[in-house]
Amino acid sequence: MTTLTDTATPAAAVTRRPVTGFLHSWDLSTGVDGPGTRFVTFLSGCPLTCLYCHNPDTWRMRDGKRTTADDVLAEAAKYTKFISAAGGGATVSGGEPLLQPVFTGELLHRLKHDLGLHTALDTSGFLGVRATDALLRDADLVLLDIKSRDRDTYKKVTGRPLRPTLDFARRLADGGKDVWVRFVLVPGLTDDPDNIEGVARFAASLGNVSRVDVLPFHKLGEGKWAALGKDFTLRDTPSPTARQVATAREIFAAQGLNAV
Amino acid sequence: MGSIAEPLLDHIAVQWKYSETAIRKVPAMTATPTETTVHGEAWDGFKGGLWRDAVDVRDFVQQNYTPYEGDASFLAGPTERTTRVWQKLLSMFPSENERGIHDVDAKTPSRIDAFRPGYVDADLDLIVGLQTDAPLKRAIMPNGGWRMVEGALNAYGYEADPEVKEVYTHLRKTHNEGVFDAYTPEIRACRSSGIITGLPDAYGRGRIIGDYRRVALYGVDRLIAEKEADKARLGQEWPTEDVIRAREETSEQIKALGELKAMAMAYGHDISGPATTGREAVQWLYFAYLAAVKEQNGAAMSIGRIDNFLDIYLQRDIESGRITETEAQEFIDDFVIKLRIVRFLRTPEYNELYSGDPTWVTWSMAGIGDDGRPLVSRTTFRALQTLYNLGPAPEPNLTVFWSRGLPKGFKDFAAKVAIDTSAIQFESDDLMRPKYGDDTAIACCVSAMAVGKQMQFFGARVNVAKALLYAINGGRDEKTGKRVVEGFEPIEGEYLDHDNYDTLVERYDAMLGWLAKTYVHALNVIHYMHDKYAYERIEMALHDQDILRTMACGIAGLSVAADSLSAVKHARVRVIRDETGLAVDYEIEGDYPAYGNNDERADHIARRIVSDFMGKIRQHPTYRNAVHTQSVLTITSNVVYGKKTGNTPDGRRSGEPFAPGANPMNGRDEHGYIASALSVAKLDYDDAEDGISLTNTITPDALGRTPGERIQNLSGVLDGFTASDGFHMNVNVLDKATLEDAMEHPENYPQLTIRVSGYAVNFIRLTRDQQLDVINRTFHGSL
Repeated sequence: MTTLTDTATPAAAVTRRPVTGFLHSWDLSTGVDGPGTRFVTFLSGCPLTCLYCHNPDTWRMRDGKRTTADDVLAEAAKYTKFISAAGGGATVSGGEPLLQPVFTGELLHRLKHDLGLHTALDTSGFLGVRATDALLRDADLVLLDIKSRDRDTYKKVTGRPLRPTLDFARRLADGGKDVWVRFVLVPGLTDDPDNIEGVARFAASLGNVSRVDVLPFHKLGEGKWAALGKDFTLRDTPSPTARQVATAREIFAAQGLNAV
Repeated sequence: MGSIAEPLLDHIAVQWKYSETAIRKVPAMTATPTETTVHGEAWDGFKGGLWRDAVDVRDFVQQNYTPYEGDASFLAGPTERTTRVWQKLLSMFPSENERGIHDVDAKTPSRIDAFRPGYVDADLDLIVGLQTDAPLKRAIMPNGGWRMVEGALNAYGYEADPEVKEVYTHLRKTHNEGVFDAYTPEIRACRSSGIITGLPDAYGRGRIIGDYRRVALYGVDRLIAEKEADKARLGQEWPTEDVIRAREETSEQIKALGELKAMAMAYGHDISGPATTGREAVQWLYFAYLAAVKEQNGAAMSIGRIDNFLDIYLQRDIESGRITETEAQEFIDDFVIKLRIVRFLRTPEYNELYSGDPTWVTWSMAGIGDDGRPLVSRTTFRALQTLYNLGPAPEPNLTVFWSRGLPKGFKDFAAKVAIDTSAIQFESDDLMRPKYGDDTAIACCVSAMAVGKQMQFFGARVNVAKALLYAINGGRDEKTGKRVVEGFEPIEGEYLDHDNYDTLVERYDAMLGWLAKTYVHALNVIHYMHDKYAYERIEMALHDQDILRTMACGIAGLSVAADSLSAVKHARVRVIRDETGLAVDYEIEGDYPAYGNNDERADHIARRIVSDFMGKIRQHPTYRNAVHTQSVLTITSNVVYGKKTGNTPDGRRSGEPFAPGANPMNGRDEHGYIASALSVAKLDYDDAEDGISLTNTITPDALGRTPGERIQNLSGVLDGFTASDGFHMNVNVLDKATLEDAMEHPENYPQLTIRVSGYAVNFIRLTRDQQLDVINRTFHGSL
């Protein structure tokens, strides 16, 4: 608990010069980036290169547009009336938002305190150490993408080690932060029952995971890979069947998790 | 509220008072106030008195309905009888769809009592009555125009009857003939160039809602007595043209009521007195509506706000143990079956404009009453339940008046039905109630009116995108090169950009001024002739004597016009001309903000077009002093309008469909359907009191990951849209793949229903162009 609450002043609150960051895009979505209807900012830049990524156009930070937090807040402010009636909030996503921790922290802080919105941080956790306690206090919910419990699979999928994500997950658990775990089910890659069960056992051990989203792999982002001149190695991988998705959910549910 | 709001309401209030006083002036002619004893059984247990003394269904409903705040768990499924009847009809639909029509009686011009009784199944029908003597057999209604009748008959392989033709071409003048006697060459030129399209000058105007409840509550004799009293009052007034016309109309109304009684009697029902049971209430009300659709082939034949009214009777029967929930549902199911098979004979050209054989049996429900109680009863739920008991269908056009204050149980059920069937539409009760009161219903798609107290003169719409091209080309048509408008200079030069933006806006303003004048001129002619040659006798018999009329103008092509102006203002547009100097194409240099992104730079242009055009419409006096209104609605005519409009400066190609209604153009709304909806919500309802239509197609996963979550989220989106002053939202929850498969294998999708601008259609009954337009529209999914 202490790790999340012992900083006296939120970092963003003392930073009064204009904070800028690299933004890929923003969007309004319902039911896919946290609860309800949400104003979602997609920050550019990601240290991972997931094989199934559907937004490879967000990988490079410099492909985004340098944007001030003021501009993002002005855009978000157009939706507070709608969101407060509809139910929902704001999500900072990416890319990997923790690649730009100051910008992300500023956005979360002001979305929460200036606009009074429920806030969510959508992250892989790989750069979890960059999240200050103040930043995490400004996120009401963390959407944590745990791609695998198996180190080798994680490395194969993302090109990076698993450890930082697990450490971050435990830190969130220690602080009692509400977490939704996201798990992308890719046939032949992440669908080994042992792998799923590993993620499930880990998530269940944390005690702060209120929901698990089992996300079926899809290839709608394939065109983006081609446009970037990158090789989409999963082009022949099928989407999981409804049965496969249901089986994965059952594995999570067996650990007492709310899997949807 | 804007300036128009108070006058509208005041006018209605004044009219009410006027009618009451008028009736009291001639008490000898009114029905006696001892109705309670006369109809002791019929009105047994009903509360309140105002509605007993004067025709006032709203008061009756308010005094007697039981708001229902629970959930859908009480509802009953279909009975075996219901399923059998519906299956019989379902088996007839494929061949009807293939041939265009099932059958037509070409010899009998329709009247209220022209046909012998007909049944779907004489042994099984609970609620009886058909438009002709057999199900799906259409009738001819030549008062609107003979050419429409003959054209339609020939298109479906029937010959016109020579005697009937002789009558309607030599002996009896039609609405269509009258209109063309009084049209000007300018109006004709506008019709053929397509800048004004869909005018009800060859067909019934529709969009009039009789208060069909009156027949069930009072019985026909009482209604005749009231009309006789009105006529007596008119007899005391000096016979100006208005008074003479009113006397003649009232006499026609009385005759129509007599025919209604005779028609019902042929089915074995004496409806001279009030209905005494729930089943009778449904039957009486249906007879009244049936009379209307026997008499008029109106573009939209809406049924009004009826569920809480019927609920009072059904509830009384349930409480007294006379019927069960299953029987109550069965009456509603059978009634809805009848509403689903209303048919009109229309030409293929008409069907291209308004495709899928729509009849707009719009059934308005829910919202909040003036006293704060929700206008939701168990029968409101029962009406929605028909979409499960009978499967999805486009008719009746179930329309939910949404308000954040509706009970959660109802919100959840309505959202669930929308997600499961894509067959219902939502309109903002919060916007309508202050203008029209809490007994308001939608005619057609988005046209609100106080039931029985208000009607509209339907005016289709003008093409404001084409008007912009006319402004650029100085009144020459971009497709034909012909001069349609005199007295305008073209805009010269290679570019349209910020340097000549003001000039363009000025010329556009002047062109819209010309268009508004020509348009209202045409509408005055049309409605004068419609009243004269194709008067809606029975529908108007079910209105008060003194009513508010609106002149319902409309615009199409809003997003194209707004984006075109935004492109000129914020980017540069190079003009490509043909050898005669006519601007025929445009190249955009740079980016421009597009309408549909909740971006004020573009949205204010759209808002201004709507507001400016409304102002121009209001400058021209109307037939019968109708109050000017307009809609931003296309129905499916966005496809035809697109066909008739050349390349536009926003980058849209010649012939490409417009976005439907007030929708942003496909693919230009880049931030999801909510940002898009909020752009539309910025259009001021005070400038478009005849409605602003938005159609959203959302994939299921873009509403959430579980069925329960989708329901909560859609309900939330509707709350958010209403809170943001949004007016209307069609919600389709569908995958593109489903529609593509339905195009290939229509036989597998007999009941696939989708919402288009303002109504729902059976997808497989759309033309191929229309199907492609729907599929090519933005599907808001999650990625």
